Order: sequence, then C-alpha cells, then structure tokens
Amino acid sequence: MAPLLQIEDLHTEIRLRSATVYALDGVSLTVEPGECLGIVGESGSGKTMTALSIMQLLPPGGHITGGQIQLDGKVISTLDDEAMRHVRGNEIGMIFQDPMTSLNPTMTIGDQIAETVRLHRGADKQTALARAVEVLGLVGMPRPAERIKSYPHELSGGMRQRVMIAIALACEPKLLIADEPTTALDVTIQKQILELIDDLRRRLGMAVILVTHDLGVIAGRADRAVVMYAGRVMEDTSTLRLFGNPRHPYTEALFEALPEKIADVSGRLYNIPGQPPDLTRPPAGCKFAARCRYAQDRCREDEPALGGNGLDHRYRCFFPVGRASDDTEAAVLAAVERAPDRTAKPLAADAKPLLAIEHLVKDFPVTSGLVQRKVGTVSAVADVSFSIPPGQTFGMVGESGCGKTTVGRLIVGLERANSGAIVLDGQDLAGLGTRERRRRGSKAQLMFQDSYASMDPRMRVGPILREPLAIQNIGTRREQQVKIDAMLDEVGLPRASVERYPHEFSGGQRQRLGLARALVLSPKLLVADEPVSALDVSIQAQILNLMQDLQRDLGLTYLFISHDLSVVRYMSDTIGVMYLGKLVEVGPADDVYYQPVHPYTKGLIDAIPIADPREERATRQKGVAGELPSNIHPPSGCRFRTRCPLAEDLCAEQEPPLRPFTASGHLAACHFPLRQPEPAVASEPAVKPAQPA
Amino acid sequence: MSLMGIPPESPDPSISDTAFVTEISDVGTVATTSSAEDAVAAGLLPAGKPRGSFRRGLEVFLENKLAVSGAAIVVVMLLFCFLGPQFYHGNTTVVNFGNETLSPGAGHPLGTDSNGNDVLARLMTSGQISLEVGFAAAVLATVIGVLWGSVAGYVGGVIDAFMMRIVDAALSIPVLFLLLVLAALITPTEPILIAVIALVSWLTTARLVRGEALSLRTREYVQAMKVMGGGGTRAVLRHIAPNAIGTIMVNLTFQVADAIGFIVALSYLGLGIRPPEEDWGAMLSNGVTYVADGYWWLIVPAGFCIVIVITAFIWIGEGLRDAVEVRLQRR
Repeated sequence: MAPLLQIEDLHTEIRLRSATVYALDGVSLTVEPGECLGIVGESGSGKTMTALSIMQLLPPGGHITGGQIQLDGKVISTLDDEAMRHVRGNEIGMIFQDPMTSLNPTMTIGDQIAETVRLHRGADKQTALARAVEVLGLVGMPRPAERIKSYPHELSGGMRQRVMIAIALACEPKLLIADEPTTALDVTIQKQILELIDDLRRRLGMAVILVTHDLGVIAGRADRAVVMYAGRVMEDTSTLRLFGNPRHPYTEALFEALPEKIADVSGRLYNIPGQPPDLTRPPAGCKFAARCRYAQDRCREDEPALGGNGLDHRYRCFFPVGRASDDTEAAVLAAVERAPDRTAKPLAADAKPLLAIEHLVKDFPVTSGLVQRKVGTVSAVADVSFSIPPGQTFGMVGESGCGKTTVGRLIVGLERANSGAIVLDGQDLAGLGTRERRRRGSKAQLMFQDSYASMDPRMRVGPILREPLAIQNIGTRREQQVKIDAMLDEVGLPRASVERYPHEFSGGQRQRLGLARALVLSPKLLVADEPVSALDVSIQAQILNLMQDLQRDLGLTYLFISHDLSVVRYMSDTIGVMYLGKLVEVGPADDVYYQPVHPYTKGLIDAIPIADPREERATRQKGVAGELPSNIHPPSGCRFRTRCPLAEDLCAEQEPPLRPFTASGHLAACHFPLRQPEPAVASEPAVKPAQPA
Repeated sequence: MSLMGIPPESPDPSISDTAFVTEISDVGTVATTSSAEDAVAAGLLPAGKPRGSFRRGLEVFLENKLAVSGAAIVVVMLLFCFLGPQFYHGNTTVVNFGNETLSPGAGHPLGTDSNGNDVLARLMTSGQISLEVGFAAAVLATVIGVLWGSVAGYVGGVIDAFMMRIVDAALSIPVLFLLLVLAALITPTEPILIAVIALVSWLTTARLVRGEALSLRTREYVQAMKVMGGGGTRAVLRHIAPNAIGTIMVNLTFQVADAIGFIVALSYLGLGIRPPEEDWGAMLSNGVTYVADGYWWLIVPAGFCIVIVITAFIWIGEGLRDAVEVRLQRR
C-alpha cells in the first residue's frame, strides 16, 4: 500500500534579520494510512517545524527550500496558498499545544466547528451546526447539543482541547497532526485526551502524527517513532524496537536521562553534557558528536547518513549502540523485561524533624466589585500536616490547583496561613510577625520554576547573588564575594558569570543560578517548586543530579514540589500526594509509588506516561476520570469522591482521616483503601496524622 | 559545610551544559569546535564581552534606522531653532507693510508674512516656543503621572480605586471644552500653557504607570526578594523603579510629540500664546487666511516643521521601546 504521507529530503530554513536558521535539514519520513507516527525530540530539534512544514504554516521568514512532501501520491509542498487552504483542515487536521489561544474567544465553539465545515464542504449553517454537534459527541463532550452555544472560556482546559480535536476532525481528514496536544494539561487530563485521539484514530481510520517531547507519550500511543535532533531524523523505527533496542547514542542517552527509567533511585541519571547546536551555524559532521560519549574523530568530520540494517530500523550513526543481530520484534520484547521488585526502606524512625507542618489552613478570599467585597473563599490548603527529617527530601505531588505550591509559599513566608503551625528547626514561623519572619526566614529558601522570571532582568548575576546577603547584612563586601564565588563553583558555573545578565544564560544555567541564589544564605530547607518542569529531559537530568550532589555535600533538606510523579519518586525519600487542598496519602517514596493505598494516587500513577511501550500499553483505560472540582465549593466528605471509582455514600458524608497503613509510616485518607493496613498498625487509632519519619 | 574548599575547575562533567552557542557568533569565532575540550572551554560562558544594560540598549537603538533618523531630526531642529538666529538675522518683530507677503527670493529665502516679517527667522523663534512648551509640558505631565500612578499601583486597594476614579473623571471632561473655558478666564502665557497641557496629559501617564506598578509588584523577582527577607523600600528602589523607568522614558517621548501637537492646535484656534510672540501653530493659523491667494510659503514651512518634529519624536519613542525591552537585546 502506498504511504499516506511521504516526506523526502525536506529542507526548511527560517531567515531572521541577522542569520538563517537551518531548521530542517534532509528530513525523510513516511506515514502509512491509519498509522500513528510519533515524532520525539527536545526543544529546537525540528519536530514542530516538520509539522508546520507539512501544513505550510511556517513562521515569518520560513521557507521550504528543498525536498518534497506527498500526501496520497500528490505533491503538496509546491501548492500555492489557495490550493493549500483546501488541504489544511480538510485533508490534514491539526491540533496545537494551547487550546485557549487556538480558539477564538468571541465565537461559540459550535460556530467555530461549523466554520470549518462550511468552508470546506460548502454546507449551509444548519447542516454545519448539526455536524458540529455530531463531532462534539464524537470527542466525548457531554451534552453536545447544549455545549455548542458555549464560549471557550466557559470550558476547562481538557474540554477546550476536545473542541480543538473536534474542529480538526469535522471534515474527516486522512491525517491528524497533534503538536504537543497535552503538554499544557494535567497528567490525568492528558491521559484522557491521548485515549481519545487513539480511539478516534481507530474508529475513523485516520493516520496521526503525534509530536511530543515526552518519550512516555510516544511509548503508549505510537506505532512508529522518529527521533529528531538538530533538524535531522536521528532514528526511525517501530516504537517497540526503538524502546527495546535503541541504536543511536542520542536515543540511548535520552532513555538513560529519564528518572523513571532508573530502577535504583540512589543511582545518578545519565548527564547528556552540553546543549543542542546553534542551527544558524550547524557544525560539520554528526550534529550530536559534541555531546556524544562514543564520538570519534570521524564523527566530527563527516555526517553519517540515515542508514539501517534492512530490518526497518534506520539510524544516523557511524558507531551505533545496541544489538545489531537480534533486532527483531520478538527479541526486543523479550529484552524489555523489567521487574519493579523493590520493598520500601524504612525511614529513620526517631529523627527530630527539621520541618513540621501541623494542621495548616489557607483560604484565599474571592472578592468582587468596587470595594472588593468578599463573596467566597477558595480553600487552597485545608488541614495539611506532615514533617521532614533533616537531610531528607519530601516530594509533594498533585494536579494543578491542588494546593502544593501554596504549601511551599506558606513555608517560605510569601503567604500567611489562616491557622496551623509551620515549625522550622524548633521555631513556629506561622506565628511570627513580618519583621521577625524576614530575619528568620533565611533558613527556608525557595527555588522557582522559572529562574529567569525570578531574577531582575536589569541586574547582573553578581548583584543578584549578593542581594540575599545584602538584605540579611551578612559579611563585608569581600566576604560576600568569596561566598558568591564558592556558590558558583558549587553549581558548576564559571566565576566570571557575575559580569553577565540572566538572559545571556540558557535554561539549565539559569536554574543553576537559581539554586546558587537560594543557597547563598546557607538555608537548612530548600523549597523547590517545579524546578525542572520547564527543562528538556537531558538538562533536567543535569539539574536533578546537581540537586542530589548539593544535598549530600551541604546536608540540605528539600521540599520538592512537582506534578511529575516519576521525577518526585527519583528525588524523594517521602512522597505526599495532595488533592484539592488535602494531603490524601503520604509515605516512603517507593511504597507510595509501587503500592499506593489511595485510589487517587493509583490513578495518578497510571496516568503518567512511562517510557516503556509494554507498561504504558498495560495501563490503557486506567487513570483518573473527570476533572478537578472547584475549590470554592469543594465536595463534602472526601474531596476526591466525585472522581473516585470506589466512592460510596459514606464518602460523601464523612471525611476520611489520615490513618497509618504500614509500620514504616505510610498513611492515607480513604474509607475504601486499595489495600488493608498491616495487622500491626491496624489497631492504632487514626490519630495525629503525618509522622512519616 | 565546605563551601570554600572547592577548586575553581570543578571536575563535574555537568558544567559543559554551559555551551551558549547562540552568542558565539558575536565574537566571530566559528561555533564548530574541533575537540571536546574546546567545546567545554568555549561553552563555559556566554561569548562576547560583558556589556552594560545601557550599552546594549544603545546598540539596539542605533540599529533602528528610523529611531536614529528621529534623533537626528530632533537635534537638527533644536540647532535650527536655538542656534539658527545667531547666524541668520531676519526681521521677526517689526511690522513692515512694505514687505508683506513677499514670495521666497533673495533676502527672504522663505518669503515674508502678512506683517512683513521674515518667515525663516520667525520659523526659528516660533520653533523655540513650540519645543520649549512641548518638552516642559511633557516632563511636567510625566512627573505628575508617575507619582500618581505609582502610588495608586503600589499601595493598591481602596486608595488605588479612589485615585483612579479621579483619573477616570478627569478623562471624561472634553479637553477642548476645558481649554475654551480656561482661555476665557486667563490670558495664556508660556508657563500657563505648559501647566494647562500638562494638566490634561498626565492622566494617560498615570494609568500606564499604575498598570506597570501593579504588574511589577507581583513579578517573581520581587517575590524572590521577599523570600530573602527584603522589604517594601528595597522592592521599590531596587526592582520596581529601575524596571519601570524604560516604559516611562518611552512614554515621555510620546508625550513630547503629543504636547507639541497640542500647543499647535491651541494656537491654531487662537487660544495659544498672544502676539507678537508666536509659535508654529499660530504661524499656520495666520497663513490659512491667505490660502486662497496662493501664499504657500505661509503654510508649508510651519506645517513641515510640525509634522517632521512630531514624527521624529514618535520614531524615537518606537526605538526606545525596543531598546528598553531586555528580551530584544539578546539578538
């Protein structure tokens, strides 16, 4: 059968004012009808450019300069704009990362879907709206006939992405291009959307190109996978083969940098050194050679071709890794065996905690009108208690809006708690006045998700790092300089960095600067709020390794806040799971990860895309249904009951207390837990919660 | 903690993360490195000399051809108006009906007006008034607006709501009506004109600065400073003011353009400076009387000056806007 889409030797350039970016250089790939092709790569690898080149929706200055794209045997790369308009939305549908900016806020979603149908099918308004209702039903929108009158802002993020998919599908395209369709969504919603795309692909028999940075997403959904790097295809084979026997050193390195791939959490992640090359001046030879651990002189002089071994496995490397002989699917499947055979290591039972949070409550007022009248409250943190022993890491996970960031901000003093205690190193911070709080506050520092935003763009790195010392009046200028130099050494940045401005650094370097600034006051506790969420996998591994080294060298205690449970598991000794302001489960990291007690934790774990095709395919149809309820009016009783598969009447009437399930301090708040408490602790009353240590 | 005992060359392989390739082109070296060691060495720091914020801003400004032309035009006009009379002496004050409305020619390069005064010389002296009033009014309006807006934005709450309602109310008064009333009550002199124009212009600046203060107050770097234990004074002096100053400077240039336009409009309506002093607007107003007679030199020179000066200030403003935007300085 002829391929549906065939790209041959595609070259795309983007002309900027002062330079030309060689965004795509000889990209070749094919998509069969009904197939799901995954394109995976880090930012700047050219994966989105490939998608945009197919659609001819390149950014200003972008041109296809060579090669051709065929759709169904017809060359579309040379079509003019008029003819291309017929292809877009009609033969190829596309969905983008951010459904809010892709939808017109002033039009109802029904009209927006109908618009596509009317443009391409010439249908009248009534027929088009009827079609809109039909496709909305198809994408799982409840009560589609009423929903077509809604505006985009009235829908949640997940529902908006469903509307985007409905628009893309309205004209029954043969090919759907999904460009990071779930990156802006929570894992539980991501799971639902990916299931939907998969299901629609099967039912409608269309092909899908799934563009993503997340190897886990590819593992579960794609039939074939293409790994891109620096505008080139590095490896192209079936998903099972790619994950079972990667041949390109870059693919191999990506896998080793993933925190979920590492079985022994005490081991270090593989660091891919350096950064992707500058595509305005692509280096000679293999584009990955500068970062490759196997690179030889030949790699830096000649560029390898996208070769293969005749087994439908193409890779661009002179010295491939992996096995050349047993490159068949059966052998691959046999090799992917992996046993999560681990038992929880008990934590030091009687260490005095460095940080103890007791019954912490934070409500934000909802105000309206001219005089800011209070009309309600958002219950952001509702009676949360936990503690962290010195030198350990407490990982806090949950969907956005669960209150995990608020807990972090309360601890560092950016918000004031309504009630409860924050005992840091024996002193209750929650009760202190602002001035006293500021003086003591240096014991707990915050590391921001976006270090760039957290640094004054008009200050050089020197003054930025000196500012904490200046505020706290520590040392003379000379002593401060010594301390700053030491901190820069510690995070692996040259001392000359002090002369630079934050914008001159890359994402990973800025995160190092953020760490240096947080540590310059020698805090005992570091609250890290999504410290690696904005980074590519290879840079993420560098920062996670650095954080572990610093913890070991400086005896730091971390509160590690993240939505990414696999990163949290890698970093943490203890994991706490939050849902809608409540801590629903807390316990030793591996115990929580492999033997969750609370249905929400289980759902969250099932929803994480794992970079392993077999595991990922096994968790299909699992995850968490529905969406996070509003925390202005949280559900009565157990707050998770509205989405819980096990919920009964009791859950709505009574709020379950946190109660112990193992002797090693595994607690959960659930009436109908997934496993029963160990006999030794079963008799204990559900007392003062949260003493995991 | 052994903070001080770390050798400067950390053996940690992760430091090679630091390759900052996009800036390497600045120093003209080739981005390709022949060996891994070079890659590490080149990557330690962003390439290029460390430059100050002002230098980088200036470079962006100088790259913008329109902005540079604007600045050049303003300089030329300033020299023309303030130094010009030193070199070109023409009759600007004495009424001389023997010489009225002469067309451009020998002795009078731009002709004479209805009073027999030399148009080129009057263009210089009128320009002094237009530019002086424009600058002074814009500066005054900006000072009032910045104070009002920053207090409202930083303090917030009820005070903010109250202060901004005053601004809303003032904005709702028709400007022309206000000026007509004022002109009927008082005789306009230069200082009074400056005050009047500033009085109606500070409102937009106040709104802009309030918005800026509101947004800067919640920036993450201000929050980061609070986590370190810093207070409000430091937030305003070290972070909010320096970051707002760019926006204020841009606004100031647009205010100058607006104010010059304003004084022209006022004088044209006869509500400006009283004769014998005159500004470009008044020259235009006088010239219009003779438009049917074909005396183009009474309109075109003044009109040209007004258009080119206002345009030049707008171009400067656009260039400044790029220059203060730190993100753009990366290119």
